[in-house]
Amino acid sequence: MAAQPVPHPAVNYSTRVDEISPRARTLNGIRAVIVLLIALVMLIPVAWMTLTAFKSRPDAVAVPPKVLFEPTLEGFVSLLTSRRQLTTQQIEEYSQRTDLNWADQIALSRGQAITGPSNYPQRLANSLIIAGVSTIFSVALGLLSAYSFSRFNIPGAGDLLFFILSTRMLPPVVVTIPVFLMYRAIGIYDTHLGMIILYTVFNLSFSVWLLKGFLDEIPREYEEAAMVDGYTRLQAFVKIVLPQSLTGIAATTVFCLIFAWNEYAFALMLTADRARTAPPSIPSVLGTGGIEWAAIAAGSLGFLIPVVIVTFTLRKYLLRGVTFGAIRQ
Amino acid sequence: MSNVALQNITKRFKQVTALRDVSLTINHGEFFVLLGPTGAGKTTTLRVIAGLEKQDEGSILFDGEPVDALMPAERDIAFVFQQYSLYPNMSVYDNLAFPLRSPLRNMPEADIRQRIHHAAEILHIGHLLERKTAHLSGGEMQRVSIGRAIVREPRIYLMDEPLSNLDAKLRESLRVELQHIQKVQSSTILFVTHDQIEALTMSDRIGVLREGQIVQTGSPSDIYDRPVDTFVAQLVGTPRINLMPARRENGTLHVAESTMHVPAPDTLHAAFMLGIRPEDVKPSPDGEFAGQVALTEPLGVETIVHIRSGAQTLLSIVPGITDLRIGDEVRFNVVRERLHYFDQEGRRIVL
Repeated sequence: MAAQPVPHPAVNYSTRVDEISPRARTLNGIRAVIVLLIALVMLIPVAWMTLTAFKSRPDAVAVPPKVLFEPTLEGFVSLLTSRRQLTTQQIEEYSQRTDLNWADQIALSRGQAITGPSNYPQRLANSLIIAGVSTIFSVALGLLSAYSFSRFNIPGAGDLLFFILSTRMLPPVVVTIPVFLMYRAIGIYDTHLGMIILYTVFNLSFSVWLLKGFLDEIPREYEEAAMVDGYTRLQAFVKIVLPQSLTGIAATTVFCLIFAWNEYAFALMLTADRARTAPPSIPSVLGTGGIEWAAIAAGSLGFLIPVVIVTFTLRKYLLRGVTFGAIRQ
Repeated sequence: MSNVALQNITKRFKQVTALRDVSLTINHGEFFVLLGPTGAGKTTTLRVIAGLEKQDEGSILFDGEPVDALMPAERDIAFVFQQYSLYPNMSVYDNLAFPLRSPLRNMPEADIRQRIHHAAEILHIGHLLERKTAHLSGGEMQRVSIGRAIVREPRIYLMDEPLSNLDAKLRESLRVELQHIQKVQSSTILFVTHDQIEALTMSDRIGVLREGQIVQTGSPSDIYDRPVDTFVAQLVGTPRINLMPARRENGTLHVAESTMHVPAPDTLHAAFMLGIRPEDVKPSPDGEFAGQVALTEPLGVETIVHIRSGAQTLLSIVPGITDLRIGDEVRFNVVRERLHYFDQEGRRIVL
């Protein structure tokens, strides 16, 4: 019997990391400043968009551009409502009324009256449903097929994988018209289902390849150990492989989501009203009666937020995930 | 614990035949070592027994019952992998508990706890139970792997070179521990290794595998003292056995290109290979044969002396540190009762 193993002395007397040399400290400081500057440059468009969303119409188009201005919710009101133009007489009339809320008053200041909600929330909801569901499908289906490709001896696996990848080689725009005709023929034109199927298929090739890379990195000994330990392959997959592949799943999820969320060409062609997503609606619908920059900015801001939330939630996995398994321990 | 029998197992991977008509029996309570060079089919044998691979022909029997149709989980075996087998997202405790929490066993947590503490005590890993497996050293990991096997009472332990990734000191101590555990629990172990020292020191019986075929099975002394061919003879024993072409002439055995000659047994072929273990080459002042020291390798407890005799170089083991120097003339004897004879194809000639 061997003696109780004692911890290696190096563990106890490791180098102190709380004492950084002044030189390294300065270098770190410089590095931080550079990173901060790059981040700021990257964030300018987003910041400008956010500012514009709170500008009044004259401020938004002012030359030179205004950095300091009086914030207003005008953009959001025009984004979220539909309005009609009032005549001078009607404006007089409306000004006398006492039952106007703040949104009505903003509209009135521009000579308009709110007639009802706009379709922007509906379009955003469509985007959420279509992008969300198609992402879930592409990641779930992608994970299962990637696992099969990674672990089982599939005849012609290489050819199949190439076929899956080849679906991405044709620019999507090329097939929009045929897809439009097919969709109309089978009655899924302008439906959530149609868009979900389309985005799922488009993302699948990507998710299969990406996830296969991650799954290949997980030694099969883990599952085999679980299988001899008394678990079925499916149980081993759920208990062992799934927790191991979280980074890959998170990275794939974000990529798929961003594609489905941003997709413009198909959404423009294959949806009209019921299933129209946010990307084609932001520029088209809001452009009626002069370009409403503030409303467009407000719409884009609303469009940005869900992706930010998802990415932020998954950041822990993404940090390792986007390196494609290169720096795994 | 069970008797495990392999009957005429053949396993092919595409063009490659990994196992060719392998038949083996591992008896209840036996420490059986499967020895062979890399690529001989050792791991495949284990995987077929475990059910991780399906054999193309033949049958696996546990206590006389075929298990070919059973899933790995249902075969009730424990597998210790060479590496990578600890579940990285779990603590050591959860790793040890994992097989016991299997839906097949459905064991109460209190029993699980008790078994884990028992196994941890045997393997000296009690202080590691709460640790994540990523923070373990190689030796600790392999202890936990073995622990995960011994918390159960499987029908057989299958161990796939569990010690080969460890440094020499650790390997030695775990080897002893493993042997101790096996004897105390009288467990049935099929242990795979390419290390002949592990095979000789730990096993009750050894099976030598070469290119997917069983070449010889027997006790360590069978394998060492009566190797069936030159392959087995060279596989076991360090330093290697001395193999030299020789011929029989007028009742005398002559070693080719050397002055060495000894009386030859009558039944011997005219031309053959002579094998002499290094410990059977004994330098002595009044030795029968003359040679010259070509090299010495002092190992402390013994020294390997390379003796050149004609065009042949013989290895000899002498106790302690020798005062022989390179270039010294040396006389030596060979132990005649322990000579090995092999025919031109390398098969042992039984006299």
